This record gives sequence, C-alpha cells and structure tokens, in this order.
Amino acid sequence: MMSNYFYILWIPLLPLISFVILGLFGRKYLSGISGLIGTASLLTSTLLSFVAAKQYFFVDGKVNGVFQKIVAFKFTWLEFSPGLSIDLGMIIDPISVMMLVVVTAVSLMVHVFSLGYMKGEERYATYYAFLSLFTFSMLGLILSSNIFQVYMFWELVGASSFLLISYYFNKPAAVAASKKAFIVTRFADLGFLIGILILGYYGGTLDIGLLIERFTSASSTQFISITNASFLGASMLTWGLTLLFMGGAGKSAMFPLHVWLPDAMEGPTPVSALIHAATMVVAGVYLVARMFPVFSMDETALNIVTYVGAASALFAAVIACTQTDIKRVLAYSTMSQIGYMMFALGISKNGGEAGLGYMASMFHLFTHAFFKSLLFLGAGSVIHMVHSNEMKDMGGLRKLMPVTHIAFLIACLAIAGIPPFAGFFSKEEILTAAFHENKIIYGIALFTAALTSFYMFRLYFNIFWSKEATTANHAHNAHGHDNHDAHDHHGEGPWVMKLPLIILAACAIGVGFIPFSNLVTSDGKALETHIDIAFSIAPVALSVLAILLAASFYKNQNEKSDKIASAFGGFYTAAHKKFYVDEVYIFMTKKIIFPFIGQPIAWADRNIVDGFMLLLAKITLKISEQIKGLQSGKVQNYAMYFFGGIVALSILFIYIWK
Amino acid sequence: MQEIPLTQILFVSTALFFIGMYGLFTRRNLITMLMSIELMLNSVNINFVAFNKYLFPNNLDGLFFTLFIITIAAAEAAVAIAIIINLYRSHNSIDVDDATEMKY
Repeated sequence: MMSNYFYILWIPLLPLISFVILGLFGRKYLSGISGLIGTASLLTSTLLSFVAAKQYFFVDGKVNGVFQKIVAFKFTWLEFSPGLSIDLGMIIDPISVMMLVVVTAVSLMVHVFSLGYMKGEERYATYYAFLSLFTFSMLGLILSSNIFQVYMFWELVGASSFLLISYYFNKPAAVAASKKAFIVTRFADLGFLIGILILGYYGGTLDIGLLIERFTSASSTQFISITNASFLGASMLTWGLTLLFMGGAGKSAMFPLHVWLPDAMEGPTPVSALIHAATMVVAGVYLVARMFPVFSMDETALNIVTYVGAASALFAAVIACTQTDIKRVLAYSTMSQIGYMMFALGISKNGGEAGLGYMASMFHLFTHAFFKSLLFLGAGSVIHMVHSNEMKDMGGLRKLMPVTHIAFLIACLAIAGIPPFAGFFSKEEILTAAFHENKIIYGIALFTAALTSFYMFRLYFNIFWSKEATTANHAHNAHGHDNHDAHDHHGEGPWVMKLPLIILAACAIGVGFIPFSNLVTSDGKALETHIDIAFSIAPVALSVLAILLAASFYKNQNEKSDKIASAFGGFYTAAHKKFYVDEVYIFMTKKIIFPFIGQPIAWADRNIVDGFMLLLAKITLKISEQIKGLQSGKVQNYAMYFFGGIVALSILFIYIWK
Repeated sequence: MQEIPLTQILFVSTALFFIGMYGLFTRRNLITMLMSIELMLNSVNINFVAFNKYLFPNNLDGLFFTLFIITIAAAEAAVAIAIIINLYRSHNSIDVDDATEMKY
C-alpha cells in the first residue's frame, strides 16, 4: 500500500522541471511558448493530483473507516544524531491531498488566466518560471513529512513570493512591497525556526509523525520533559507551539504581522490570486492543522491561535469596508477569512464530534481558495480593462464585461455565505463550531460575517453598478496599473481569461456540496454533519441585510455612504488609515529600534569589530615597512642570508640540539 | 714515501671552498662570480675523491659522483653564460649591482 502513491512525486517535480527549463532557456529561446510549457506541465500535475485524490479518498485511503496517514516516500538527508535527522519525504493524508487539489487547480487557473493577462510582457517567460517555482515550493510544503522540510519549502515559497511581488521591479512601490513582505515574513520565520528547534530538542526528532506520536501521549518521556521545562512562566510546549504559530501568523498575515499583505498587491493580479489569496497565505493555517494534534495538547497555544485569528478576522473586515483600492479590499478580506480558519482551528478539539472546528477550518480553506481566487481574477480582468485599481475609476461595468460580472457576483455571494454557494457551507460549519465552543468568538464571527457581506457588495456595486460606464473610465490615469498601456483594447480580454473565471465560478457554486465532513477530519473518522436550518437563519439574514445596506449605499451614486462615514468620524478615518499599524511599525523601527539598538550595534561594528581588524592590518604594515629592506634585489645579499642561515642551522644542530 | 694524511687534503678543499665563497660575495662581475662557484664545486670534488680513497678504497662511488659533478658543472656553466649574455643585452653590463630591479 505504501508504494502505489509514488507517482505523487511527479506532482511537485513537474513544475520544478518547468521552472528549470523556463528559467534557463525561457527568455532567449522559448519566449513565445513559455506560457504554454508552464501551463502544460501544471495541467499534468493537476490531473495527477485529481487521480491521487480519487485514489486516496475513494479507493484505498480508508482502513476500517479511518483515513490513514501514509508516508509515500522518504529518505534521510542529513542526520545530526540517531533519530534527529532532516528527511525528505512525502506524507499523504486527508489535508495534504486536499491541499494538492487546491493548489494545483488554482495554480492551473492562474496559469491559464495569465496567458491572456501577461501577454506581451517583456519578462513573460520569467513570470512563468517564477510561477512554476512557486507552485513547486508550495506543493513541496504540503507534502513535507519532516518539519524541517516544511521550513525549507516555507522559505522557498517566501522567496518566490518576493520575486513575484517585485515582478515590476522598475516600480518603486512594488520593490518596497516585496522587501516589506520578505522582511516581515522572515521576522516571523525566526519564531518558526526557534519553535522547530524547541520541539525538535524535546521531541528528539524532526519527523512530523513521530513528533505528534510523542507529544500526544501524556505518559511519554518527551511529553513529560517538555511540559515540565518552563520559561517565563509558560511550559516549553506552549513556547514551541506559539513560536511555530508565529511563523504561521507571519505567512498567513495574522494581526499584527499582516502589514505586508495589502502592500503585496503591487504584484501582478494573477499572482495575488494564486499566492496572496488562495495558497501561500493559507500555509499558516495548514501548518497549524498539520501540527494540530500537538496543539490540541496545549490549551494556551490554542487560545492564542483562537484570539489572534478572531481579532484578525474582525480587524481586517473593518478596514476592508473603508479601502478604495479594489485589490486592497480583497487583501483585507483574505486576511479576515484566514482569521476565520485560524480561530476555527483554535476552538476545535482533536478527534470526535468536538473536532468540528478543524474540519470546518479545512473546509473553509478549500472553498475560500476557489471563490477568493475567482474574486482576484475577476478584479484582474477589471483592472486589465480599466487600467486602474481605484474604485472611483470604475462603475457600470456590468454591460461591458458580462462574464466577469456574473463570475464576480457568484464569488461575492459565495464569500457572503448565501446558500447554496460554497462559502455558505463552510462558514456555517465554522459558526456552528464557534457556537458550541465559545460564545464570544461566535459573536465576533457573526459580526464579521455581516461586515464581509457589506464590504464585498460595496466592492461589487462600485465596480459594476454605481455610475454609468463612460469612455472616461478608460482614460489612462496616474494609477495605471500593470503596464498594460501597450495593448489598449476594450472588452473582457481573450477566452483564456474568461475560461478560468467560468470554471472557478462553477467551483464556487459546486464545491460546497462536497461531503467534507466524511473526508477531512482531525482523526480521519467521518463526522456527522449537522447543518441546522434554524441555526443558519441568523447569519444568512444578517448577510442579506448587509447586502441590502450596501445596495442602498452604492448601487446608485448617492450621499448616504459619505454621511455614514462622517457619522463614524474618527473611527472611519482610523479604519481608512488601517488603524495606523504601519505607522506604529515605522515608529517602532525608526524611533526605537534604530536609535537604541541598531545604531549602537552599528557603532560597535564600525569601531570595535572593524577597529580590531584595522589595527591588525596597521601592525602588519608597520612591521613590513621596517623589514622590507631585506629584499634588496642584490643577488649577493641573498647568498649571504642563505649562507648565514646554513651556518646558524649548523650551529644549532651540531652544538645546541645534540 | 709517507702518505699524505686525510686532514691535509680536507684542509685544501675547505680553503678552496671559502676562497670561492669569498669571491662569490665580493666580486661584482658575473663571470668572476661564476668562476668562484666553479671553485666551490671543485672543492666538493676533492672531498669526494679523498673520502673515497681513504675510507672506502674498494669502492668507486665517490669517483663516479665527481665525474657526474664535472659534467653537470659544464652544463651549468653553459646555462649561466647564456644568462649572462642575455643580461648584457638588456642591461649593457654584467655587473650584478646594475641588475637590482627585483626588489620591494
């Protein structure tokens, strides 16, 4: 049973091959067909992952009604001490198979969409090379069986995100955004690394399966040693898991490490759809889910996950209501939805019916990937036409872009949780779980759900309704995005841009009906789903109300929204300015860290470390100046030294060193 | 006839060696320096022959070595003179004090 999953190795390998080919030869020899090469290799990967999913979920993944964790392939790469080694392996279990499907499917859609969107770009081949690299790293991360392997792919994912954000490297904002994303996530990854080291030290292994096995039995020596060791009043288990979560929070843009995500929207829009909406940013959720059995042993760490997730969900939803850049609205909405997934994990228990939160979180991750990438691709389609990211440059586009309009509407309904769209099912599960476990969280979640509907439909009405479309909309303006000036066509773009929208829209409608609770659960056993019609009334009614509110504000141009905004006064301004988190960061770094930590260290480096080295150099110089006369260039002098040396050695060996 | 003792022969060869060395260190003319080196070589030859005769009269190793050294010395003189000619062509002189460019 082990070996028949070996072909899964090809799923990450194909994008890697395409990366190497396109990266080495793309720009010179394959510039025209590089998109097709990337797409073809990914199409194969996608088909393989569908085959794998079918085989795992419906043929042989289940033994006695429980989904098994299968290690399909493993080899020891670096061994530090017996037991503690870095292995490269592939783990096959419900969440990794589910993520395989999500990543390859969304990535394929983005590849296809980019065929139209990025057409005519000078670095077209490079773009596809980077996309392939990203897909490879993300798939590697998903399949990793060793936590250090996760870390390596984690960094690769971060690096490819960096490369893709700064794709338009002649735009200063994009360069700044890529650096910000890299530095913030690197900072979080420091925590991740320390967390890995703590768990590895006490667990005596880096293998995920073994770690889980050792830390989940309360009587194992490893578990006793890690819970007895404490630091600053918390056990090392809490520390290790919290630091692990810190890495996840950085990648998943959880408050307060979220600042990079809105800026990351400077990258090409399909990239935002792939990396900053559907796949990479959920890596943090995936990490927590992967280590969930260990998390479930520690109440404190789970509480941190819960409250950080809930706070991010609410915080981001409030900000999203005030932003005017459509991609930033979507970015904050992503952050808010990931907050949902996080707190759903946080309130869950491991195994049994109380594991509903875990299953709901994974379900939401799954559905969210489809409708959020649809929203981004729709936004990309709009931006492609309007050449602007700002809402005020849009309006009345429903007649000009009928396909985009319908797809976007479906995605909005899905994220708002209106039945029967995908978001409804997963959000219901999360709300149910929250209702059973923690009423405060339930309240926050409900309010956030209403806010979500409001800002999504604010976006929808502003883009597709509001004012009537005029040619002025197409005027190039200072915000002209993505350098599409070269081909100034109108309409929705070629079929390669419409097809992904249609497919994803179909997914946004359909994937909610997948019986997820039978497939992906914390202990591999099927759950009894209990969607209660009566329970769903409140959230759905709130969402509908919020949609109607948004319609009354934004469907036609009117003053209502401005009035409300001014009624909120300072709160509105604060939300519009993203609650000054960026300013706080700048204050912290420029006013505190730079003058009090950075500059003293720089002084010490310049004067003490460099000074010591300079001193050595100076001493050498002085001595050599004194003795350089020995090298006179006169042959007879050298002969004298030679003779003197022989005499000295003779005396030494004959008379002294007998 | 009384045999000449080994020490006297060694005395001659040592004297020859240090005369050669003195010449090598004090003379500035390259040809003279080359001659001084030949003197030092010959002092070594005398040693070889003397030791061979006095210590191992039944062997011929020392004599062979001497013959080899004479051959090599001839070749070495040819190379040295070629170098000296080249030096003369470039510096218009065969005085070692005129060829001191290779210094600090």
